[in-house]
Amino acid sequence: MFGLKEDWSLDAPPRYFTLEDYTGNEARWCPGCGGHSVLGVVQRICRDKQLPPEKTVSVSGIGCSSRFPHYMATYGFHGLHGRALPIACGIKSRRPDLNVWVSSGDGDCFSIGAGHWVHAIRYNMDMVLMVFDNAIYGLTKAQTSPTTHQGTKTNTHPLGAPLPSINPLTVTLGVSNVSFVAQTVDWNVPHLYATLKTAYEHKGFSFVRILQRCPQFSEHTYEEYKKDASRLKLLKHEKGIQLDDKITARFPVQHEHDPSDKAKALTLANDLDPIPIGLLYWDPDAPSYSDFTRLGLEMPVDKKIAALNDALDHFAI
Amino acid sequence: MNTACPGKKSVDEYIVEIVSDAGEGAQKAGQIFGAVSAKMGNGVWTVEIIPAEIKPPARSPAGASGIRVRVGADAITNMGDEANLVVAFNEQVLFGRIANGAYSPGTIILLENKWRNDPDKEIVQQYLNAVEGFTEQGFIVHELAMEEACMAITPTPAVGKNMFVLGILCHLLNRDLDKAAHEIQAIFKRKGEATVALNEQLVRAGCEFAATQLTFNFDIQPLSNDRSLIVTNGNQALGLGVMASGMELVSMYPITPATSASHYIASVFPSVGGCVHQAEDEIAAIGFAIGASYAGKTACTITSGPGLALKTEFLGLAVMTEIPLVICLVQRGGPSTGLPTKVEQSDLLASLFGATGDTPKIILAAATIEECFHFVVTARKLAEQFRTPVILLTDANLATGVQPYPRPQICEEWLAPPIDQSKWDPSIPAYNWDEKTGLSQRPIPGQEGGEYVVTGLSHTDRSKVAYDPASHQKGCAMRSRKIAVLQSTLKPPEIFGEKTGDLLIIGWGSTKGSIEEAVQRAQKEEIKVSAVHLRFLSPLEPGLKKIFAGFKQLITIEINYTDEIEQPYINEESQRYAQLALLLRARTLMDIDSWSHVFGQPIQPGAIYREICRRLGNDHSGSGLTDNNSGE
Repeated sequence: MFGLKEDWSLDAPPRYFTLEDYTGNEARWCPGCGGHSVLGVVQRICRDKQLPPEKTVSVSGIGCSSRFPHYMATYGFHGLHGRALPIACGIKSRRPDLNVWVSSGDGDCFSIGAGHWVHAIRYNMDMVLMVFDNAIYGLTKAQTSPTTHQGTKTNTHPLGAPLPSINPLTVTLGVSNVSFVAQTVDWNVPHLYATLKTAYEHKGFSFVRILQRCPQFSEHTYEEYKKDASRLKLLKHEKGIQLDDKITARFPVQHEHDPSDKAKALTLANDLDPIPIGLLYWDPDAPSYSDFTRLGLEMPVDKKIAALNDALDHFAI
Repeated sequence: MNTACPGKKSVDEYIVEIVSDAGEGAQKAGQIFGAVSAKMGNGVWTVEIIPAEIKPPARSPAGASGIRVRVGADAITNMGDEANLVVAFNEQVLFGRIANGAYSPGTIILLENKWRNDPDKEIVQQYLNAVEGFTEQGFIVHELAMEEACMAITPTPAVGKNMFVLGILCHLLNRDLDKAAHEIQAIFKRKGEATVALNEQLVRAGCEFAATQLTFNFDIQPLSNDRSLIVTNGNQALGLGVMASGMELVSMYPITPATSASHYIASVFPSVGGCVHQAEDEIAAIGFAIGASYAGKTACTITSGPGLALKTEFLGLAVMTEIPLVICLVQRGGPSTGLPTKVEQSDLLASLFGATGDTPKIILAAATIEECFHFVVTARKLAEQFRTPVILLTDANLATGVQPYPRPQICEEWLAPPIDQSKWDPSIPAYNWDEKTGLSQRPIPGQEGGEYVVTGLSHTDRSKVAYDPASHQKGCAMRSRKIAVLQSTLKPPEIFGEKTGDLLIIGWGSTKGSIEEAVQRAQKEEIKVSAVHLRFLSPLEPGLKKIFAGFKQLITIEINYTDEIEQPYINEESQRYAQLALLLRARTLMDIDSWSHVFGQPIQPGAIYREICRRLGNDHSGSGLTDNNSGE
C-alpha cells in the first residue's frame, strides 16, 4: 500500500484512513443482531480499500438494516421505505466518482421496493446492494416478509405464513443484464468479508443476499444452519469468492461452480438445503446504464451555451 | 409570393380550426399555418384538439382530432371564442366541436364532400342530414371536393390532404407560401426530397383550389415588432428552460400531457451535456432526481396529476431533508386518471398539501408560454437558494398552445455553477440554520469534513435523529421560515386595470390571457373591473389584502371544480370553493368567491366577459355571444 520506495523516499499517502474514520454513531441494533457483523466488515473493506469517507455514500431505505448509514462516518442517505435504489442510482448517475453502498432488508427490497430491485439489477450501475435478509419485519415487530418461511407464525399470520417464500436469488438471476449475484451469511465473518469485498470490486451492480439472524423475532430461521455447517454449500471457483484455506476447510460441503454459468447458477439458487453460499453468477461485461447517464459530464459551459442557442435558432422567426 | 385576390377584407384577427379523424394530419397542417403566421409577424395562439385515444374509430363525434389557430394583428394570448372558419375532413367530427360551442352562426365550414357519394348509404344519409342541420344552425357550409383534387397530385390523398388544406388556408388568410415551403422543408427533409416536393405541390394546389372555389379571403396586418422572437409550445418552452437553467438530469416517467416536454429535452439534451432518465415508475423518477440533487447535480422531474400523487412521499422527504429539486407539473383534468389530454388547474391544493405532515415548499405557476421557460430558471435558483423542492405548475393549455415570444438571451449565470468540492469546516452542521431565516448551506458528497447522514426522521441541525420535542419544533419552524423569507423578497402583483372598482378577478396559471382579454372588453364599456394574476402560490405574493380591499366583489376564475350555490344541497355552509379561492379565503379572511368550469377546455374570454356582466348586473351579455363553455 505504502512504504519505502526504491530511492529510499517514503511513499506515504497524504491521508491514511483507519477504522475510526468510518465509524459513525454507536450501532443500536439488538445484541446478537447480524447487522453488527456486516457493519464491521464494511468498515474494514472501506479501510482496506482506503475509500475516502467523503467519496463514500451509504444509502438505505427504512427498516432495521436501513439504520446502517447512521453507523458509518461517511456521507449517508437514510431515505424512504423501499426506495433506497432509486436514490442510489440517482447519486451514481452523475457522480460516478462516488462509492455507493446500499443497505436494504427483505421487506424493504423484496416487498415494498421490489419494482426498484428488478430495475436496479438491469441498470447495472456500479454499487453494492446488501440485503440483510432475516426473513421477518423487525422494526415494525414480527410481520411476515416475502422470505418468511411458510408456516412461520408472525403477528400478521398467527396461524403461520400461508405461502411459500420468495426466492430472491432466482428472481435476481432471472433479470436481464444481471451481473453479480452472491449469497453469504452474517455468522461467518471471513466469508462475509470476502464476499462483500469481491462485490465492491465488481464494476457493476453487485447483489449480495446476507442471511441474517434476528435474535428477537426469527432466531429459529437460521439457527440450524449456523450450528451445522453442513447445511451450507460453499461455492468455490477461481473466478469466485476467494477464501483462506483454513476458512474453506470449515465447510464440509463444497461445490465447484463456475459463476459465468447462469443455468447452473439458477439450479444452485433453487437448492434450499444445503443453502449455497458464495458467488452464483458474475458477468463483468454486462453493459452499465451509467455509461448513458454520465454522458456530457465534462461538457464546458461555452459549448452548452452554443448548443442552447442552436436549439433556440430552431424556433426563431 | 402572396396570393392576394381583389376584394379581400382586412380583419384584426381570425380563428380557424382544422378537424378530422385522428391521424389525418390536421395538427401538423395547423402547426405550419401557425408558424407561418408567426413568422409573418402576426400574433398567434394555437391549441390542439386531442382525442383521448390514439386511434378512435373513424367518423366519430368524440374522435375529433384537430387544431385551432387564432391569428391576430396584435399579440394573441388565448384561444379566443368562436371560430370564424373550420375545415372538416368529415361531418361527424364537427358535432363534438359544435357541442363545445366552438362555432357560432356565421362560422364558415369547409367540408369534404366525398361522403355525399359514399357507397355506404347510411354514411350518405348521415352526411346529408348533417349538412342540412349545420345550415339550419346558421353555419355557412361550403362543400368542397378536396380529396378529389388531391388525387390529381397523389395516389394517396389521405396522407397528403392536410397539406392541401394548409394551402387553402394560406389562400384565405393571404399567407406567404414561401414561408410555408420553408416550414415544410424543415419538417419533412428527413423523409426525403420527393416528400418535400410533393407536400409543397399540395400546398400550392390547395391555394389555387381555394382561389377558384371560394370568393372570399382576409388580410391581417402584422405586428410591428423588431425584437427577435421564437415560437414554441409550452412544453418546448419548459424543456428549453430546463436546459437553460443548467439542469443536468431530467428524471421522468411517461404521462400525458407532461411527456412531450421530456421528448423535446431528450432530442436536444445530448448536445447540452444532459441526460433524460426514463425511470421504472413515477416514484423512482423523483427518487432518482433527489439522489442526483443530493449529490450536487441539478435535477428535475416532470409529471402530471397521477404522477404527483405517487411522488408525494418523496416530495415530503425532499422538504424534510432540504434537498433542492424542481418538479414541473403539467396539470391535466382530475381526479384520478381524469382527462389526460385536457386542461384543468386542479392540482394546486395537491401541490400545496399533498405530502403528509407539514411540508412547506415553494410553488410557482406559469401564466404564459414564455413564463414556462423563464420560471424553470427561477425555480432552479430558488430550489438551490432556499434548499427546498419547488413545484412549477403549468397545464395542458400551455403545454400544447403555441405562441411567439421574445427570444430568451441565454446567459451563463442561469446555468448551475460547478459543484463545490472544497473542504467543509466540520464544526459547521449540515443544517446550519440561520435562526432568523431558516436558511443554510448544504455539504455535497465529495466535500471532506462535511460527511453527514440525510434522514427523513426528525433531526437536529447535525442531521442526527432526534425525537425530542424541541428538535422537532425547531426543524418545522426552520423549514417554514424559509417560505416567509421568500415572501419578504417578493413584490405585490400588478393590477390589470384600476386599483379600485366593483369587481376584482383573481387568476393563476394559463387563464391570464382570457381573463385580461375579457376584463379589457368590459373596461372599454366602462365596467369597473380589474384583474390580478398570481405567479407565486407558496408563498403568496405580498400585499393581497390591501389590493383586495379596493374592490366591492372578489372572485377567482380558475379551471377547477366549484359548487354552484343554486344546486341541490349547496348552500353557504356546504359550498366547496375553487382551489385558489379556498386558499385566499384562508389567507386573507376576506369573502372571495370563485367561478369556474371543468369542461376540459380553457375558459374563453367571452364566457368570462359574460360572468363579469352577470356579477355586476350589467346587461352587456346580449352582444351576440353564445356560451362557449356550455359543455357536453
